[in-house]
Amino acid sequence: MNDARKKLWTTVLAWVVALLVFFPILWMGLTAFKTETVAVSTPPALVFSPTTDNFREVFERSNYGRFVWNSIAVSFGSTILALVFAIPAAYAMAFFPTKRTSGTLLWMLSTKMMPPVGVLIPIYLLFRDAGLLDTVTGLILIYTLINLPIVVWMLYTYFKDVPGEIMEAGRVDGARPMQELFLLLIPLALPGIASTGLLSIILSWNEAFWSLNLTSSGGAPLTAFIASYSSPQGLFWAKLSAASLMAIAPILIIGWMSQKQLVSGLTFGAVK
Amino acid sequence: MSTLAVSKPTPGPARNTREIDTRPLLWPSVIVLFLWMIVPLAMTLYFSVIRYNLLNPTLTGFAGLENYGFLFEDPVLWDALWNTLVLVGSVLIITVVLGTLFAVLYNAEFHGRNVARLLVIAPFFVMPTVSALVWKNMLMHPVNGLFAWMQGLVGMAPTDWLTNYPMLSVIIIVSWQWTPFAFLILLTSIQSLDSEQQEAARIDGAGPVAMFWFIILPHLSRAISVVIMIETIFLLTIFAEIYVTTAGGPGTATTNLAWLIYSVGLLQFDVGYASAGGVIAVILANIVAIFLVRTVSRNLQQT
Repeated sequence: MNDARKKLWTTVLAWVVALLVFFPILWMGLTAFKTETVAVSTPPALVFSPTTDNFREVFERSNYGRFVWNSIAVSFGSTILALVFAIPAAYAMAFFPTKRTSGTLLWMLSTKMMPPVGVLIPIYLLFRDAGLLDTVTGLILIYTLINLPIVVWMLYTYFKDVPGEIMEAGRVDGARPMQELFLLLIPLALPGIASTGLLSIILSWNEAFWSLNLTSSGGAPLTAFIASYSSPQGLFWAKLSAASLMAIAPILIIGWMSQKQLVSGLTFGAVK
Repeated sequence: MSTLAVSKPTPGPARNTREIDTRPLLWPSVIVLFLWMIVPLAMTLYFSVIRYNLLNPTLTGFAGLENYGFLFEDPVLWDALWNTLVLVGSVLIITVVLGTLFAVLYNAEFHGRNVARLLVIAPFFVMPTVSALVWKNMLMHPVNGLFAWMQGLVGMAPTDWLTNYPMLSVIIIVSWQWTPFAFLILLTSIQSLDSEQQEAARIDGAGPVAMFWFIILPHLSRAISVVIMIETIFLLTIFAEIYVTTAGGPGTATTNLAWLIYSVGLLQFDVGYASAGGVIAVILANIVAIFLVRTVSRNLQQT
């Protein structure tokens, strides 16, 4: 009886808190299906006849497709590039550790501590001189570098969990290191590689410091495009909401699916 | 030298097939990260001691510590450092306290627990520009925002959040984004709590409060320190939220170190001055980073 009541109250409290925390996203989701007039109406409309016009207009008026494509290119491009660099490195450190391995890992982590604003000016000038400002290529380069330490770390922890006997057996059968990597380790650690890739995609998709500073239109991903709605002229809340909803939905779903792996990735394995 | 050669040990059995040349595997990552770390940083340091203004090419030459001198005499720097401290400190306190309470709450058994947890962590996956704009427009807007409407319901005059309480508004927005991060990490940590220990404490008559203080909180302490350090590194250079809401204003009310460097460097094009600010940001971040690296390194040795 007492336990049942406690559970009831916990349920009520937990759901009230959860709905409050989630409310801004929910409200944005609802606003995306309102007309502009209903979106700014007072009192706020909870019941309204939904429209999908906003989504169509966002695509038609603002070249939205290109920003979506830029976001996809930037996050997938940088993730693939980071994996190409990180898989051999993590493989070497996990299976052929030397005295310097943990030092190397920590040093890689320390590069992540550099505040982006500390190197903003030189990167901006280098990009300007190299013609990389406002390009997808430029952002891919930056995102690869800022995510590489996390990707190496996560892969390292996953590779450490691959049973040594299997790799040993492969070696006895005469597998050379490269074969061992491609034929044994990558298939075995595929789930780990996939969740590492997902984290890297999430981080790149949502990155907003470099995208705001280095891109303006042609190479701008969604983070920078959405920021253009901050201008005070005119309130296009419904269109802003529609554009935002489409921008966050895929990442929200990926994030929900991979939350467990995110913890070890985001804390460099310090919390598991 | 010759004595060394004489006493050189013969290769032992340690030399097995496992010893391969790992340099081609490891070095590409090490080299690109090394370049990424050292080249821009060296440039920032160099720019910080020369006269370099993109709008005034006649201004050249070695400046020594002149840029730093200007910077330290500029009241904006002290505003920015203070604002950075207030922003980081407030958000840390709010997110850690809420994150801990949420972790305890959502670790308990209740109906629909998994779905409720998903709702709570959702804000962390929303891109910062979207979060900031949703709060700025739909919630905090003084005319059409939900908060203004709610204040109207109880007969209060609506608040113009971003004009009258700019720093508080930014703190609220950033805390909303980062509480899920603290929650997710602390929930993971709380799940590894030994249930037998909890049971024993309960049999010994520990109430929920004693349980929290003497069992749960000590268990979470390391995870909390990790949360604090990781958040600090990200919060030191909060940028996008300020970019779309207050643009550092009104006045310098929400100018943090990141915004100061951006506005001096990329809006006023004073590279030398901005770089001096950049060096300060790097130093501050490194002080925090040392602690984080120590914690992680301790963990690395345990496994």
